[in-house]
Amino acid sequence: MKPVAFEYTRAASVAEAVRMLRDNPEAKVLAGGQTLGPMLNLRLAQPALLVDITRMAELAAVAQDADGVSIGAIVTHAAIEDGDVPDPTGGFLARVARGIAYRAVRTRGTVGGSLAHADPAADWLSCLAALGAEALIAGPQGSRRVPVASLVRGAMATVLEAHELLAAVHIPRFSREARFGFHKVCRKTGEFAEAIGVAVHDPARGSTRLAASTPAGAPLVIDACDLQPGRGAPPDTAEMRRRLSAAGFASDAHGLTLGAVALVRAFREMTGP
Amino acid sequence: MTHQGIGARLARKEDDRYMRGRGQYVGDIKLAGMQEVAFLRSPLAHARIGAVRIPAPIRERVFIAEDLAGVAPIRADTTLPGFKSSLQPVLATGKVRYVGELVAMCVAPTRAEAEDLVAAIDLDLEPLPVVADMLEARKPGAPLVHEHWGDNLFLTSAIEANFDLDAVKAKAARSITRELRTSRQVMSPLEGRGVVASWDGRLGQLVVYTSTQQPHIVRSGLAECLGLDEGQIRVVAPDVGGGFGYKGILLPEEIALAWATRRLGCPLKWLEDRREGLTANANCREHHYILTAYADASGRLLALDCEATVDAGAYSSYPFSACLEGGQIVSILPGLYDFPHYRCRAYSVATNKPPILPYRGVARTGVCFALEVTLEALAREIGAEPNELRFKSLVRPEQMPFDNIAKRHFDSGDYPEALRRAVEAIGFEAVRARQRRGEPDGRRIGVGFAMYSEQAGHGTSVYAAWGIPMVPGHEQCQARFTPDGGLELRIGAHSHGQGLETTLSQVAHSILGVPHERIRLVHGDTAETPYSTGTWGSRSMIMSGGAVAAACDALAARVLRIGAGLLQARPEEVRLEAGEVVGPSGRIAVADVARTWYRRPQDLPGDVDPGGLEVTAGYKAQRDTGTFSYAAHAAVVAVDTETGELEILDYVVVEDGGVLVNPMIVDGQIMGGLAQGIGTALYEEMPFDAQAQPQASTLADYLLPGPTEVPEVRILHMETPSPYTRFGQKGLGEGGAIAPPAAITNALNDALADLGVELLVSPITPRRIVEAIERARSRAAAA
Repeated sequence: MKPVAFEYTRAASVAEAVRMLRDNPEAKVLAGGQTLGPMLNLRLAQPALLVDITRMAELAAVAQDADGVSIGAIVTHAAIEDGDVPDPTGGFLARVARGIAYRAVRTRGTVGGSLAHADPAADWLSCLAALGAEALIAGPQGSRRVPVASLVRGAMATVLEAHELLAAVHIPRFSREARFGFHKVCRKTGEFAEAIGVAVHDPARGSTRLAASTPAGAPLVIDACDLQPGRGAPPDTAEMRRRLSAAGFASDAHGLTLGAVALVRAFREMTGP
Repeated sequence: MTHQGIGARLARKEDDRYMRGRGQYVGDIKLAGMQEVAFLRSPLAHARIGAVRIPAPIRERVFIAEDLAGVAPIRADTTLPGFKSSLQPVLATGKVRYVGELVAMCVAPTRAEAEDLVAAIDLDLEPLPVVADMLEARKPGAPLVHEHWGDNLFLTSAIEANFDLDAVKAKAARSITRELRTSRQVMSPLEGRGVVASWDGRLGQLVVYTSTQQPHIVRSGLAECLGLDEGQIRVVAPDVGGGFGYKGILLPEEIALAWATRRLGCPLKWLEDRREGLTANANCREHHYILTAYADASGRLLALDCEATVDAGAYSSYPFSACLEGGQIVSILPGLYDFPHYRCRAYSVATNKPPILPYRGVARTGVCFALEVTLEALAREIGAEPNELRFKSLVRPEQMPFDNIAKRHFDSGDYPEALRRAVEAIGFEAVRARQRRGEPDGRRIGVGFAMYSEQAGHGTSVYAAWGIPMVPGHEQCQARFTPDGGLELRIGAHSHGQGLETTLSQVAHSILGVPHERIRLVHGDTAETPYSTGTWGSRSMIMSGGAVAAACDALAARVLRIGAGLLQARPEEVRLEAGEVVGPSGRIAVADVARTWYRRPQDLPGDVDPGGLEVTAGYKAQRDTGTFSYAAHAAVVAVDTETGELEILDYVVVEDGGVLVNPMIVDGQIMGGLAQGIGTALYEEMPFDAQAQPQASTLADYLLPGPTEVPEVRILHMETPSPYTRFGQKGLGEGGAIAPPAAITNALNDALADLGVELLVSPITPRRIVEAIERARSRAAAA
């Protein structure tokens, strides 16, 4: 399959990209193209115009402040994997990036593209939701911030308006004592996950947060302050199944089990050996 | 000089271009003025074709069935009694019979524009009731794929040998019945199908570049469908990126392009995309079995009684026909075992799905799964270890050659020894001890085995009995020296990953002593090679290997004659040794003999054979019933009963392929086949819904094992020569893909045996495993 004919343009700035999106309702943003490319070829996406944002310095920028790190939308998974980006989680971002698809995909795929496409099985969606990250969204009237946990409306659908651009993601800084765990259940290496579990514990904030991918779209984020590593038996599958059900996890029995197992294993990784 | 002959682990010649990305595939061919083709394919599995509305401005670039005047449908009949013929139209005529069937051909400067034309066509289809499942298709009153048949049966194949059910039951102390199923799969060579067709006005010849294993068969098929003389057609198979059986099939796409290039006067190209391959073309493997095994009180196999069904899809494909799998099932189900009573019936059934095509191992993978999984179930039932039963029933080496109950003639081998080595190499007792200890991570482990044999290079009498469009005869090689002493070998078979450019050079080197790097294999072009049915059925090393040897023998005689003259010796005094003619008074290099023949004929002896240093010679098998390579596979798996995740912890292959021409290439063949076998066992499945809509259309939905899913495999070799081939070699190209589903499923069933869980459907996916465990739990709770 080959794409329907489309126009292609490269935007020089976020403002110009937003203007192009506003002026062309049939336009789509092209970042790494790892999802959009196949969708174009399969003719599932038939945009009249592609706005390429991959050469914009402002979207490649990484900024640190006391609160955390902002990572530009077009930073690739590989850059995060390779430690080219300051990591406010002390290595957890690199660990997640390393498991995304294959290296070839990671060298082109971007963190912003992954969030904006909102595939429920995408690694960053669950991971960044668990971390309490925020998406920075640029639009004609300026920019706004949306928690990643609230970014997704459903499978492949976000709160982004057609003329808005996801410009960066801001990840809060964690304490040195914070611990993280991530597990995905995959049929094979590099495939999209059947279930993703994330566990984050920061003693400095007294917080334990779990996140699980859902088949429907937005990841479920569950506060689990009662679960403290090293205190009491670690949660088992039945326990995680209960917590997922209580949080409204919608799936068949097998899907629920996989979600619970992903959480158990993420929690185990977080707790450490 | 390093050893370069038979038995050498020589690096593959062809890898120099493959590994550098310098292969030349159909997709690399660019001809001046070439246009591209895209096809409108049926969106429904069964429907009457109403209006096909084509906008007037593009009518000239779109072709439908009524435009293809003089083009005959593909007809792949067999002469077996009762076979019902299906005519596969090049473009659908009257009705469509599966999703993806070709309806219209669109031609444009680029593929994208051709797809735009496809999208502009408005197709009216009147839906008909769909038959999506082979068992449903067998029932009276099922919708009919071909109305005039009266049912959906291509053919019923049957063998009954010394079988009286009451007598068998009376004799048997034990019996077990299992219903097993192998899911529909899709062959996935790296390179899909592809065609470039052009018309050469000067030669009055159609030139078709196509990604095929069987260029000469494609030529015959094109001639039959297009009404051309075979001499008017040249088929070139350039580098081909994997075949596995799929590239042995004549496709309607090939005929459509061949017809249209002449009509349009420009070269045309069609490259199959992955979606076309997955959903419409490369389907394979879908079988169903109800198998009963009978044993005596000692656990020795007494009888097999089987009813098998093959979902053959909508049409009989050319040249292997819709009866290949069913015919194989009844003849190979007995496996490697010697037992007295046998009955098997196989129904080849038409459904509204793409034609089922032969895939590496063909029916053997399904048969091995059905038989070996049932045998281990029987062993569990008896309370025996799985191999106790096998050792009691395997054909023994002193029985060789052995005619089995289905009249297969096993040529040579020691089956129990292969199994013994597998049992030892996998560390069977150690695995049992580990099982008793339990796993620290809570997973369960299990060990399973599977054995098979692979009939290869079987020829005329076997295929003549089926009467399919292609009956393999004797194989030829044209061999000639070049004026500077190089050797050219021309064969009609095709090498597309097998390494024939290397292994056939090794055969020639063994006879003529010509250095490996000075031997060139020419293949894949009907204009340059002798006729051959091509590369399939693991036949090339036997047939082409035999032909190369015969041609080199004939060349050697001529070289010796000339060499003797040049050495002033009598012919009987000279011999060939390491690339030289050696006589009582001196020696002369074969290359110098060649130079003399071509460049200095004045120096030739007066009685020289004027036929020169170019010969065509052939190979005729002493017996055409084929060679039987065989193997024992052993697997250890760990399974997580909560998620159904399965890990292969260890895998051993003990293979006997007769004399190995290049052991390194053999290992590669086994590894590659094994990866595909693991795909069948664990990942690959093309589901269809009730309307026969394919449910996987990309490689994100259709899972193939990758490098991380294929474990380190230990391969052990035995080398029992075949008594019937030139060097004792046996065909072995398919074996790796045959046993893994059975061995891995047996290992899983061993791991879960005390839960009362048995998996009988391939692939054994995590969901199927978990569901089977749940079912067993419910059964146990209800009891």
